[in-house]
Amino acid sequence: MSDVPWLLLMIVVPAIGAAVVAALPPAREALARQLTLAVSVLVLLLAVGATASFDPAGARFQHVSSVDWIPEFGVSFALGVDGIALAMLLLTGLLVPVVIGASWRDTAPANASMRAFWAWLLLLESTLVGVFAATDVFLFYVFFEAMLVPMYFLIGSFGGPARRYAAVKFFLYSLLGGLVMLAAVIGLFVVSESELGRGTFAFDALRQLDIDPGVQKLLFAGFALAFAIKSPLVPFHTWLPDAGAEAPIAGSVLLVGVLDKVGTYGFLRYCLPLFPDASRDLAPWVLTLAVAGVLYAALLAVGQTDLKRLVSYTSIAHFGFIALGIFAATTEAATGAVVYMVNHGIATGLLFLVVGMVISRTGSRRVADARGLAETAPVLAGVFLVAGLASLALPGTGSFVGEFLVLLGAFPERPVFTVVATVGIVLAALYVLLLVQRTLHGPPPDDAAPTGGGATAVAVRARVRDLTRLETAVVAPLVALVVVLGVYPQPLIDLVTPAVEATLADLGGGTR
Amino acid sequence: METVETVPALLNASWLLIALPLAGAAVLLLGGRRTDRWGHLLATGTVATAFGLAVLCTVQLAGLDERSVSVDLFTFIRTGELDVQAGLLLDPLSAVFVLLITGVGALIHVYSIGYMAHDPARRRFFAYLNLFVAAMLLLVLGNSYVALYVGWEGVGLASYLLIAFWHTRPAAATAAKKAFLMNRVGDVGLALAIFVMFAQLGTTSYAEVFGGVGLLAGGTVTAIGLLLLLGACGKSGQFPLQAWLPDAMEGPTPVSALIHAATMVTAGVYLIARSAPLYDATPTARTVVLVIGALTLLIGAVVGCAFDDVKKVLAYSTVSQIGYMFLAVGLGPAGYAAGIAHLLTHGFFKAGLFLGAGSVMHAMDDETDMRRFGGLARRLPVTFVTFGLGYLALIGFPFLSGYWTKDAIIEAALDRGGWSGWLLGGVAVLGAGLTAFYMTRLMLMTFFGKARWREGVHPHESPTVMTAPMVVLAVGSVAAGFLLVQVFPLTDWLEPVFGEPAEAAHVVAPALVSLVVTVVVAAGVLTAWLVVGRREVPTTAPARVSPLVTAARRGLYADAVNEALVMRPGTLLTRALVWVDARGVDGLVTGAAAGLGGSSSLLGRLQTGFVRSYALGILGGAVLVAGALLAGTTG
Repeated sequence: MSDVPWLLLMIVVPAIGAAVVAALPPAREALARQLTLAVSVLVLLLAVGATASFDPAGARFQHVSSVDWIPEFGVSFALGVDGIALAMLLLTGLLVPVVIGASWRDTAPANASMRAFWAWLLLLESTLVGVFAATDVFLFYVFFEAMLVPMYFLIGSFGGPARRYAAVKFFLYSLLGGLVMLAAVIGLFVVSESELGRGTFAFDALRQLDIDPGVQKLLFAGFALAFAIKSPLVPFHTWLPDAGAEAPIAGSVLLVGVLDKVGTYGFLRYCLPLFPDASRDLAPWVLTLAVAGVLYAALLAVGQTDLKRLVSYTSIAHFGFIALGIFAATTEAATGAVVYMVNHGIATGLLFLVVGMVISRTGSRRVADARGLAETAPVLAGVFLVAGLASLALPGTGSFVGEFLVLLGAFPERPVFTVVATVGIVLAALYVLLLVQRTLHGPPPDDAAPTGGGATAVAVRARVRDLTRLETAVVAPLVALVVVLGVYPQPLIDLVTPAVEATLADLGGGTR
Repeated sequence: METVETVPALLNASWLLIALPLAGAAVLLLGGRRTDRWGHLLATGTVATAFGLAVLCTVQLAGLDERSVSVDLFTFIRTGELDVQAGLLLDPLSAVFVLLITGVGALIHVYSIGYMAHDPARRRFFAYLNLFVAAMLLLVLGNSYVALYVGWEGVGLASYLLIAFWHTRPAAATAAKKAFLMNRVGDVGLALAIFVMFAQLGTTSYAEVFGGVGLLAGGTVTAIGLLLLLGACGKSGQFPLQAWLPDAMEGPTPVSALIHAATMVTAGVYLIARSAPLYDATPTARTVVLVIGALTLLIGAVVGCAFDDVKKVLAYSTVSQIGYMFLAVGLGPAGYAAGIAHLLTHGFFKAGLFLGAGSVMHAMDDETDMRRFGGLARRLPVTFVTFGLGYLALIGFPFLSGYWTKDAIIEAALDRGGWSGWLLGGVAVLGAGLTAFYMTRLMLMTFFGKARWREGVHPHESPTVMTAPMVVLAVGSVAAGFLLVQVFPLTDWLEPVFGEPAEAAHVVAPALVSLVVTVVVAAGVLTAWLVVGRREVPTTAPARVSPLVTAARRGLYADAVNEALVMRPGTLLTRALVWVDARGVDGLVTGAAAGLGGSSSLLGRLQTGFVRSYALGILGGAVLVAGALLAGTTG
């Protein structure tokens, strides 16, 4: 099985699928979405196949392939995965079919078609796979920029009322980060040329360079800015609440579930191994932003009145934990960061899906309009609760394993940062339970006729029905994974740990 | 730990103790309405079976020389230097907790069949109750601090779900949230304690941590002890985190009996007793435990005197009684076993008292205001007798349960010697007097005097399914103390855990202590009769009262302090940050971008289509590049 070009297939299949779906005639809407789902399931199977034929104890990068692309500049179309990248690919492969199911009955707004929606979704998947599978820094950069395009159109054409503003803001922020990173990528090439006599973008060659610490800091800053915007870390975060709130649910889930992980993945894959001295020297700065974000974004989440903005802010708080794990740079903490990335994708993805289902019932994004769901839609409320509990990293959910490993592993190296971040677990409980209290608890709107106003309240109640079979099928796999990864996380940890150890070895030290 | 003997197969299957109620919860929650008809029976059955299994396990355990069995299940988390095995530890300490949890748990399940018979969400109730039992068993059976932590937060979840069980009531939802949050504050302490253990010893399992205590600096052990204490205070409603427990009475009364009286709230005592090897090495942390315990036992008792809500009086009584247990375990080797003994007898009589209160509420259309009770002794004879026995046990009536176990704590406190021994002993004796006062007041207002019922209330005795568990618990309230102190001394049973108790040189002769306590208790009873029993109880609480009563009615201002110090500043901070984020941070970053573009409305102008065409431009470029690549590869 090892000679199956898993990674190339995972990039090419959804890209071709996107082209075919886009080319279908308008009358074939139903076929378009069936085809989209089939393609995404195939990608998931490919990801599973790639994992099954991956040996965690084997070479650092496996399923490796490389083709010269722009030989003049040492650019090659080089693919390969370690355990970390593979975990991200599994997450991507899982979430895309799920969001397709969640969008199954959506209708396109004026001036757009669902075929375009499906096509952009598949194209997004293709670029996401490319980002995680690239082992050539230039190729990584190309995919890093390319994934903006489908996401821009998903938000800008299929999003909420302020979608234009949100899409442009998302695009500009990302573009700005991308351009700075491009400068650093070119800088890296120049350095490699002067050291090796021959310029290269190959990750494996670059990580063995011995770069001058001053230059390292500059290049680190270039990469780090792009990743800090993408993750996002405070204070580069203000695009996310807009984008997360205005994107269609499928977009929100993939944006926060996968796209943002590219930032933290980038820190781990590129910043630490390529610029080890700078990573160590500048770690306190990144850690300060990370821990500030844990508290700051959590307090902001408490203060939100819009369901989707609230979830976006919780996500920013979680990224603070992940960044803490990465830059604490112990095996336990960094492994925890990767475990958290996977589980955050599942948990926050689930939370966004549920919030989307709530919004589709109440017709409002306002938290206050969703009162009393536990009474009117108990199953939906139950899933909402599970997603919320996973979000506050309750033991028994996968997020707990990630968060616990991050804090436990970071504490010996960075006790002060860790103690401050640990306070964040109280705030996480606060924003989740406030959300639960305001949406699930309390009397349903029509029981409060004096304040709610008779006719509209009755209409609201009539719209609030419990989960449909389709919706149940969409959330069920995520709910199951939340619990499975919370009770028996070791297979995931086994997959990730060797890759984390190799990454930290590049950093020098790091085994603690 | 080398085990020479082969471990009986039954003990290796002790994971079933947790799995049974957990499976029950899963079936009820996933099975949906299909399980409505028999779900409560399944739930009760799983806990009753677990109790049977627990009895068998304990018998097996008693037959072993070592009396301690560690069962490894699977690898939970292993990376770097961390290796957390999911495993159970069955020893005398966990065994008594397992018996208490499954025994009282099964009785309360049975009681709930009657109590919740007409609730449309009965199935959900039993599912949560099963979930609680499973999590609580994990808490006491886990063989590492991580396993304990998982169970610890698990019972917190179950408690949250059950307090908010009647979720359309805003007060219930608020109380549940408050409970979870105050618990999480404590959990931060517990989590940090685990981090310190890992940082210093590279392990979180009990055996290895306790084995490594000698390697730790004194300050580190004290820090761990204090952090664990913070966790214990959160879970057990001890000062300064006591304010959530009375509010938790918003939950259905069986929940108050099982979770907020007999089992979960005593988890803090378990944590400290389980960590005995750590606390033995840090007198400083033990002293803090003592102070917290003594302070809380007084706070609970004082406030308990002022409330008119029957469940809240019992809740403050629980706060106070757990204060006694903290006091006991804070005394170290001299008090561990006494603390656990009081925990067990308290489990019996307080659960019985709550079930009795539930039976009264059942009869009185869910009324909880004691000013609206009165004269119920004749209408509710079984409830009266069982409740009365629980009452006598709690106030320490000679030869009933509380008499044995509370006196042991007072004795141990006095035996500490010196001024601190006299002070702590004195506080404990004073607390006993206050306990007698507020409980007698409760008895008189509920069962004696004239009926002050609201119109349309027709009290009737509860069905057998409810009274039977009350009777069983009443028997326990009468006999458990005598059995645990005199017949099968708990001190001996727990010896493998806490070591052989040193024969203390008594400062005051035990008989004299008993006599003094009995006199003080009698004084408390008499005072209550003078204040409440002699005259008619007004149906509204008198408004003109002394400052002390006003303070007690407000829970000694615990909520007011929390509000002033945490909630109001927090709300202001949140509002300020939301403003800053929208205007400041976003404005600054967007403004900087706009400044670069030389226009204040860069974003606005860009919306006209530039970005769109740029995006398409990138796409076009990518397609071209991909095409070139494909051409390159094939050619």
